[in-house]
Amino acid sequence: MLIKRSPNGIDLPFPSEITPRAVYEARRTFIKQLAVGAAGSAALLEMASREAFAQGGGNPRLAAKLNPAYSALDKQTPYKDATSYNNFYEFGTDKGDPAANAGSLKTRPWTVSIEGEVKKPMTLDIDALLKLAPLEERVYRLRCVEGWSMVIPWIGYSFAEIIKLVEPTGNAKYVEFTSLADRRQMPGVNSRVLQWPYVEGLRLDEAHHPLTLLTLGMYGETLANQNGAPVRMVVPWKYGFKSAKSIVKIRFVKDQPRTSWNLSAPNEYGFYSNVNPEVDHPRWSQASERRIGEDGFLARKRKTLMFNGYADVAPLYAGMDLKKYY
Amino acid sequence: MFNPTSRQIGRIKGLVFVLALLPLARMVYLTVTGQLVEPLEFLTHGTGDWALYFLCFTLAVTPLRRLSQWNWLIRLRRMLGLYMFFYASLHFLTFLWFDHFFDLQEMWQDVLKRPFITVGFAAFVLLIPLALTSTNAMVRRLGGKRWQWLHRLVYVVAPLAILHFWWMKAGKHNFAQPILYGTILGVLLLARLVRVWRQSDTKPVRQG
Repeated sequence: MLIKRSPNGIDLPFPSEITPRAVYEARRTFIKQLAVGAAGSAALLEMASREAFAQGGGNPRLAAKLNPAYSALDKQTPYKDATSYNNFYEFGTDKGDPAANAGSLKTRPWTVSIEGEVKKPMTLDIDALLKLAPLEERVYRLRCVEGWSMVIPWIGYSFAEIIKLVEPTGNAKYVEFTSLADRRQMPGVNSRVLQWPYVEGLRLDEAHHPLTLLTLGMYGETLANQNGAPVRMVVPWKYGFKSAKSIVKIRFVKDQPRTSWNLSAPNEYGFYSNVNPEVDHPRWSQASERRIGEDGFLARKRKTLMFNGYADVAPLYAGMDLKKYY
Repeated sequence: MFNPTSRQIGRIKGLVFVLALLPLARMVYLTVTGQLVEPLEFLTHGTGDWALYFLCFTLAVTPLRRLSQWNWLIRLRRMLGLYMFFYASLHFLTFLWFDHFFDLQEMWQDVLKRPFITVGFAAFVLLIPLALTSTNAMVRRLGGKRWQWLHRLVYVVAPLAILHFWWMKAGKHNFAQPILYGTILGVLLLARLVRVWRQSDTKPVRQG
């Protein structure tokens, strides 16, 4: 049988069997693309799931760097729950009222006046506040005085940045936060549930503690209106009502501020209102709490931690009787 | 004047029986379909609210009957009262379950420690003998007069229930609802007092 050989003795396949170089290279690229694509889509998927995790509600995105030192490892509360179960009496007293009514709040333009016992009083608009210091994401536990809790990724920076900027005088001992009280935008302000405007306050050293967060965003976005847009405080070792929402005025003062809840029921809501499982509310125990979205029908409520688990702040209260200064 | 036959009354009772279950059906539906952020609070408040509403309905029967001359209304009263007890029992269950996870000792300490709970618990306990003696056999066994005296306990339950509701809302200065239901129950109780006064006014005249 005659075997057809090439002149140089090397068997060659038919030219039609030779994969053209271009095709061959294209295939390599294709495989490479496949591999990269798989990795790429995995990364995309992971990002998407992370997005879902810290998913917002369509408010403008707000870039921030996670601060792991100040981030709780607890499971985060779904955005939907954190924005539909709120106490924000300026929009009504039911938990669903803020989500239903806060759409009317106009958060731009917005200015915050910083005044009182400071060397440099000033008025800052919301854009200036957003640029004042690098934005950090911090995942904080939030414990409501009513006995429920959430875990929320906030965005902001330590209030200490503001203190540094305005330079309090030696007379400044407390900081008073005043929320907006505009009847036209806030239907709840017509009720007499509380004295308006809502006023909250901190001792200067509490306000200066790095955990005390001037907050501009949540879940990777600007704050939802019902959560206190455009700027609020978050003081994670105190009951939720201590963290004023929709702030228009920050005043450094000599005397302890007359805060709204304390004025309305001094025996129930102390000025300090640190989370404390050992000091009961007159009408219910504070020893345990229900984590929204997690603790349900099948388990006991979880134990509440002293200072909501933020033991760092304990030195602020050294030597104080926290049963007396509740 | 509407004067239904006993068959019609049977139908009315059937209708009321089903209607009275709708609030519970709604609570269960919203909970099971996961539409509530905090179902435990919703169930606690919902069952308490409906116990209060049925207390109002039950106490409204007699004044309404006298005003409208619809004597057949009395035949709905027992069911309305038992529904009050039904929702109050569920309300108590939410407290025992969600607040104390069936730890009776812990629950008891809570009852003794907090006046707001003490009052609500007392109102619930006072309802128990009323529910137990709601059958025709028990009415006969006790005798009409004694049965009536016993069931006047509901006049103690009503203010206790309002006080419980009032204290619950007090922390948040949110008194609109306690005032509303306090007023309704107040009017319903006053209607009875007015009648007693009138009768005691007219008695001597008759005697004389």
